[in-house]
Amino acid sequence: MVKQEKASANRPDNTAFTQQRLPAWQPMLSAGIVIPGFVLIGLAFIGIGVALFVTSRGIQVLEIDYTGVEQNSPCFPCTDQNRKNCVCDVNFSIDTLFQGPVFFYYGLSNYFQNYRKYGVSKDDYQLSGDLSYFKAPSSTCSPYEYDKNNKPIVPCGSVANSMFNDTFKLFQIVNGAKKQVSLDGKGIAWWTDYNIKYRNPSVTPLKNAFNGTVKPLFWSKPAYELDLSDPANNGFINQDFLVWMRRAALPNFRKLYRRITDGDYAQGLPAGNYTLEVSYNYPVLSFGGRKKVVFSNVSWMGGKNEFLGIAYLVIGSMCVFMSIVMLIVYAKFKFPEED
Amino acid sequence: FLGRHLNYLDSRTIYVGHRSGSPNEAIIPPKFCDNRIVSSKYTVWNFLPKNLFEQFRRIANFYFLIIFLVQVIVDTPTSPVTSGLPLFFVITVTAIKQGYEDWLRHKADNEVNKYPVTVLEDGRRIRKESEKIKVGDVVEVEEDETFPCDLILLQSSRDDDTCFVTTASLDGESNHKTHYTVPDTERDLESLNATIECEQPQPDLYKFVGRMHIYTNNQEPAVRSLGPENLLLKGATLKNTQKICGVAVYTGMETKMALNYQGKSQKRSAVEKSINAFLLVYLCILVSKALVCTTLKYVWQSKPGQDEPWYNEKTQREKDTNLYIKMFTDFLSFMVLFNFIIPVSMYVTVEMQKFLGSFFITWDKDFFDPEIKEGALVNTSDLNEELGQVEYVFTDKTGTLTQNNMEFIECCIDGFQYKYRDASSELDGFCVTDGPVNKLQQKAGREREELFLRALCLCHTVQVKESTEQSQGQGDGLTDQVDGLGVDGEVVPPPEEQRGFIASSPDEVALVKGAMRYGFTFLGLESKTMKILNRNNDVEMYELLHVLNFDPVRRRMSVIVRSRSGDTLLFCKGADSSIFPRVRQEEVERIRMHVERNATEGYRTLCVAYKHLSAEEYAQADKGLREARLALQDREEKLMAVYNQVETGMSLIGATAVEDRLQEEAAETMEALQGAGIKIWVLTGDKMETAKSTCYACRLFQRNTELLELTVRTLEDGGRRREERLHELLIEYHKKAVQDAPPVKAGVTRSWSSANQDYGFIIDGATLSMVLNTSSESNSSRYKNLFLQICQNCTTVLCCRMAPLQKAQIVKMVKNSKGSPITLSIGDGANDVSMILEAHVGIGIKGKEGRQAVRNSDYAIPKLKHLKKLLLAHGHLYYVRIAHLVQYFFYKNLCFILPQFLYQFFCGYSQQPLYDAAYLTMYNICFTSMPILAYSLLEQHICIEILLDNATLYREIAKNAMLRWGPFLYWTLLGVFHGLLFFFGVRYLFSNPALQDNGQVFGNWSYGTIVFTVLVFTVTLKLALDTRHWTWINHFVIWGSLAFYVFFSFFWGGIIWPFLRQQRLYFVFANMLSSVSAWLVIILLILLSLLPEILLVVFRKPRGPHARQVELKHTYTA
Repeated sequence: MVKQEKASANRPDNTAFTQQRLPAWQPMLSAGIVIPGFVLIGLAFIGIGVALFVTSRGIQVLEIDYTGVEQNSPCFPCTDQNRKNCVCDVNFSIDTLFQGPVFFYYGLSNYFQNYRKYGVSKDDYQLSGDLSYFKAPSSTCSPYEYDKNNKPIVPCGSVANSMFNDTFKLFQIVNGAKKQVSLDGKGIAWWTDYNIKYRNPSVTPLKNAFNGTVKPLFWSKPAYELDLSDPANNGFINQDFLVWMRRAALPNFRKLYRRITDGDYAQGLPAGNYTLEVSYNYPVLSFGGRKKVVFSNVSWMGGKNEFLGIAYLVIGSMCVFMSIVMLIVYAKFKFPEED
Repeated sequence: FLGRHLNYLDSRTIYVGHRSGSPNEAIIPPKFCDNRIVSSKYTVWNFLPKNLFEQFRRIANFYFLIIFLVQVIVDTPTSPVTSGLPLFFVITVTAIKQGYEDWLRHKADNEVNKYPVTVLEDGRRIRKESEKIKVGDVVEVEEDETFPCDLILLQSSRDDDTCFVTTASLDGESNHKTHYTVPDTERDLESLNATIECEQPQPDLYKFVGRMHIYTNNQEPAVRSLGPENLLLKGATLKNTQKICGVAVYTGMETKMALNYQGKSQKRSAVEKSINAFLLVYLCILVSKALVCTTLKYVWQSKPGQDEPWYNEKTQREKDTNLYIKMFTDFLSFMVLFNFIIPVSMYVTVEMQKFLGSFFITWDKDFFDPEIKEGALVNTSDLNEELGQVEYVFTDKTGTLTQNNMEFIECCIDGFQYKYRDASSELDGFCVTDGPVNKLQQKAGREREELFLRALCLCHTVQVKESTEQSQGQGDGLTDQVDGLGVDGEVVPPPEEQRGFIASSPDEVALVKGAMRYGFTFLGLESKTMKILNRNNDVEMYELLHVLNFDPVRRRMSVIVRSRSGDTLLFCKGADSSIFPRVRQEEVERIRMHVERNATEGYRTLCVAYKHLSAEEYAQADKGLREARLALQDREEKLMAVYNQVETGMSLIGATAVEDRLQEEAAETMEALQGAGIKIWVLTGDKMETAKSTCYACRLFQRNTELLELTVRTLEDGGRRREERLHELLIEYHKKAVQDAPPVKAGVTRSWSSANQDYGFIIDGATLSMVLNTSSESNSSRYKNLFLQICQNCTTVLCCRMAPLQKAQIVKMVKNSKGSPITLSIGDGANDVSMILEAHVGIGIKGKEGRQAVRNSDYAIPKLKHLKKLLLAHGHLYYVRIAHLVQYFFYKNLCFILPQFLYQFFCGYSQQPLYDAAYLTMYNICFTSMPILAYSLLEQHICIEILLDNATLYREIAKNAMLRWGPFLYWTLLGVFHGLLFFFGVRYLFSNPALQDNGQVFGNWSYGTIVFTVLVFTVTLKLALDTRHWTWINHFVIWGSLAFYVFFSFFWGGIIWPFLRQQRLYFVFANMLSSVSAWLVIILLILLSLLPEILLVVFRKPRGPHARQVELKHTYTA
C-alpha cells in the first residue's frame, strides 16, 4: 500500500498539459485557404479603396499661401518686422459651390512643433487650473518660466508662448460689397481637451486668478482676455489655444481654425469672389517657414487624403494578382498532397 | 628536513580526545575550522550589497544600469522610470528568488548545525550542538543517525569491529558499506592516547590516507594505517550498528561532503553564444543609430534659422554648455531613446522559458521507469536547447547500452565448457554441453571443478544481506539491488528466509550466484572468516587475509585466504588481458578460445586463476601490503606495485561468461540517433570483442560496415615498430574513409548518408594514447588530425579499453575539432563522470553503478531508450522554441524602435519619443511578452509522434540552423521592413492630419499611438502566423494580450492621472478609434506587413518542412 502511494507520488502526472498533449488546433496555410483568402481580401480592399478614392476625390480643398514671400503677393508688406498690426487682404474666387460645412484651417510648414524641448515646455497642472502652479510654474517651462522681473508667466512654456496669433476674417464680395462670412470658433478642439483636460481656475472674475503673473512674452493680451465675449471660450479653454496646444506630429501641419456652419453659408460657400482679411502677426520667415490657409470640407474619412484610397486599391489588386499567380502555379505543378 | 617540513604541510595531526600524544609533549592545539556548515551565500547584513553586486556583474544588467544612470543624470527624452522600472522589477524578482533560496539554505544549515550530538569528554557524555564539534573530539553516533563530521571509526558496538553505513545522501548508493575500526585500538576510549596524522582535506569521497600513532605507557607508539574503510563521512548514515564512536578528523567546510558541495562549472549553450553575437550586432545598430542622429542633428542645426527658431528658445544653461558636451549628451540621449532595441525582458523571458520548459522533461511520463519508480531528472535547465543540436553521442557500454544486469551464462574449467541449463532439471543443476570445441560429455576433473567454484565463492567483495527488516527501513531503492535468493531449495536450503547479495559491481553477484547454482554457496564473511557451503552441505571456513581490490587499471582483483588446512591461497579474477600474462602460458591456449568465443557473443568474460603461497611468499606479500597500506604518500602507487608483484606466476583455472543484456530498445534508439545524423562513439573500458559484439547487437555496426581497426593487435601484425605501423594504418584508413569517400554534400546532409560504404572505426586505449602522445611533436598533431578525419567519416567509432580520463580526452578532442560540434555524453557509472562533465551535454543513466553519473550530469534518465525522445522530441522542440524566441525578440524590438528612429528625421533630431513612456515601458513587459513565452513553451511545429518516427527531421535544425546569420538577417530585414512600413504608412496618412469626420486634427501622440497599435497587432499576429500548435493557452495569451493592449490604452487615456506631469495620452486612443481613417490605415498596415509572410509560407511549402509535415501526417494517420 505504502509502496503504491510512493510510486504514484513519484510518477509524473498524466495530464494533457504535462505531457504536452493539450488539444491543439494546427492551422495549415494551404493553397486551398490562401487563394480564396487572398481573393476575398483583395476584393474587399479594392472595394474599400474605391470608396476611399471616390470620397477623397469628392472632397474640395482650397489652399492659399499667404506668407508673402513674393513681392507681388498681398501680404508682402506685412513681412516687415517693424510693422505692427498689419492687415492684408487675400482675394480668391470659387468656381463652384464649395459644399458645406466648410472647415477653415491654417497651416504652417517647416515649423517643428514636435521638437522635444518645445513639447515638454508646458505645465499641465497650471493648465488644469491649479493655482499653486500659477505662482511657481514647472521648471520644464524654461526659458518661459519667469519673466525678467522674476514674475511667473501664465501660461508658461514655449508652446503657449508661441501660440499662433494671425486672425482671419472672410468676406464674400457680393455686388462689390463685402459680406462677412460668419466663422464658428466652437468645436474645433477635442471635446475632452475643452471639457476636462484644460480648466480655468475657479476664480471669478477670471482676471483675479492671474494676479501676480505676467502674460507670455509673445502674447499681445493675457490669457483671460483671449475671448472676452464668451467666458466659455476664455482663458485656458479658449479653443484656439487648445488647438495650438495639441502639438502637430510633423513639421508641415495644419490646424483647424474655424468652421463655417451657420448662417447663409451653412450649405457651403457659393461660387464667387472672396476676400480673406488677414491680420498678419505671426513671424515665420526667420526660420524659413510658410503660412497658408486651407478651406476644405470633410467626409466620413476626414479630410482629403488620396494615400489611403490608392494604397487600398494597390494592395487589393496585388492580392488578387497574387492569388491568380498562385492559382497558375498550383494548377501547373499540381501538388498532390493538397488533395 | 625539508621533506619533513613538506610532510607537515601536506598532513594534519589530530590529538584524539585532545590528549597529548606523549606525556612529555605539550599540545599545541592546531587550528581547524569549526563544524559549521555554511552553504548559504548571504547574511542579513550583506545580502543587499552582495546580491546587487552579483547581479550587476552580469553584463546585461550592468548595461541597463548604465542606461538608467544616464537617464537620471542627463536630460533625456524618456523618464528614468521607463528603463528603471523593468530593471528594478528584474533585479527585485531575482533578489527575492535568491534570497528565498538562501533562506532555505540557512534553514538547512541550521538544521544540520544545531543537531544535537553526543561528545565524549573526559569520560563524560556531553550533549552538544553539532556545530560545536572540534577536530579531535570523540563523537558517539547511534543507529540511523547521520555522522556530524568526518570521523575515524574507533569503536563499534558490533562484535567484529565493523559498522555499516549507507552513503545514499552523498553519492546515492544505497547499499550498505562496511567500515572497520582502527585495528587494535583499546576498548577503553578514555585511556586511549593517540594522534592521527592524515592528509589535508580533499574532495575525493573514496580516498583517504592517514596514520594513527597509539601511545601506551611510554612504549614506542604503535602505528596503524588508516584508509577510506576507517573513515565515516559526514552525511552518511549509520546502519545495522547500535552505536559507534569516532574521532573527528575533518569538520565543517572541510568535510568531504562540503568539499563536494561546490557547484559544477557552468556550461553554456550554443544558443547563448548566438544571442550574445546578435546582441553585439544590435548594440552596433544602436550605437550607429545614435551616431547618425547626433551627426545629422548638428548638420541640420548648422542651417540658418534651424538651430534656435524664435518659438523654441534655448534656456540659458543650454546656451552656456560647451558644444562638445552638448554633442555627447545628445549622443547619450539618443542611446537612451533607442535602448529599447535591447530589451531587459529578453533575458527574463529566456530564463523563464528555460526554467519552466525543463519541467516538461521531468513531467514526461514516458521517461518514468516503473522499475526504479523514477522519472527523468533535470539538473540544469540551461542546456535544454542543446539537446536539439547534438552531433556526437559518446556512450558508455556497460550499464548504458547494456543493462548491467548480469547473468551467469557459462563457464569453462580447464578448457571444458560448462553451460548452465536449468536448476530444477538436474540434481545439481550442472551439466556439460557440447560446445564446438569440446568432446561430448567431458568434464574437467572434479578437483579442478571445485577449486574453480571455490575461487568464485571466495574471490569477491560481496556482502550477504542479513535480514529483511533492515531492507524495509531503507525503502524500495534497495530491493532491486538485492537479488533475492530463493527457490533453489533442493540444492541449498537457505539459512534465512530472504537473503541477497550486495556488491558494488553486479558482475560479482552474478558470479557468486553462478557458483551457487553449481553447489557452492557463499554464506558470508564474519570477522575475517569466509564461510562456504559446499556441495556436500559442509561449511568450509577460510580466513580472509587480504583483499587486493579491483581497480580499472589493473583490471583484476585478488583475495588471499587461508584454508582450515593451513594452505594459503591467492585467488585472482580479472580480464583476460590482465590475467593471461600472469599465468603459465601452456594453460592459456585451452581457455583463450572459449574466452574469445564468449566475447564475440557479447558476454563479459573473466578469467580465474589461483596460486599457492608458501609461508615465505605469504610473509613477504603480507609485509609488502602492510607497509604499502601504511604509507602516507603515494600509497596507491606503492600498493599497485605490491599487487603486481604478488599476482604473478598463477595458474589459470578457468573463465566465466556473464551476459550483460542489451538495454531495452537499445538498437532502435541507436538507429534513430544515427538516422538523426548523430554520430555515435562507444567509449568503453571493456575488451574489444565484447564491445564489438555489443555494437553489432545495437546495429551500430551493420553487416556491410567495413571495420577499420586500430588496436594493439593490428599494430603488432606487421611485425615492425609500432609507430611505423600506426603511421601506415592511419594513412591507409584516411585514404579509404576520407579521400575515396564521395564528397560531402554541404549543409545538413551528412557524409555517411550519401556514402555507399559505411565505415566503422575501432581503436583501443593503448593505441589512442599512442596517437595522442606520439614521441615527436609534429607527428602528434598530424596523427590527431588524421584520426579525427577518419573518425568523422565513420558511422560509428568504438573505443575500447578506455580509462575514464581517456574518455574525457576523446570528448574534448572532438569538442574542440573543426566546427566545434555539440557533443553529448551518456553513461551510468563513476567512470563516465569525467566524460559527462567534459561534453556539452552530460546525461546520466539512473543505473546500478551508483549515482555519481547522475549527480554530475545535466540530465538524468532512467534508461537509454529515453534518450531518443529526449533528443528527437524534447531537444528538437526546445531548440525550435528558443531559436524562434530569440529571433522574434530581436525582430519585435527592431520594428519597435525603427519608427522612433525614423521620427527623428521629422522632428529636427530632437530625441522626441514617438511613443508615450507607458507604451515604451509596457511594450516588452506586458503587450508582447506573454504570447512569445507561451509559444516558446508550447509550440510543436511538428508533433511529437512525427518527430519520433522520423529521425531525419532532427537534421533540419542541425548546426544551429535557425540561429545562423542567414535566418538572423531574414528576421532583421523583416523587422526593418515592418518598421519602415509602420512609420511611413502613418506618415503618409498624416500628410493631412484632419482625420476625424468633424474636421479636427490629430497631434503627435495620436501619430505615435497609431504606429504603436499597428506594431503591437502586427508582431502579435506575426507570432500567431508562426504558431503551428494552438492550444487554448496560446489562444488565451495571444488574444488576451491584444485585448489587454486595447483595454490598457483606454484605461491609460481615460483618466487624468494625478501623478503624471503631462497628460499626453489623455483620450488619444479613444479619439483614434473614432476615426475611420485610423482604423483603415491600421488594418491596411497590419495586412500589408503580414501578406509577404503568408505568400512566403505558401510558396516555400512544396520544398519546406511544412510540406513534409503534411506528407508525414498523411502517412502517420494512414
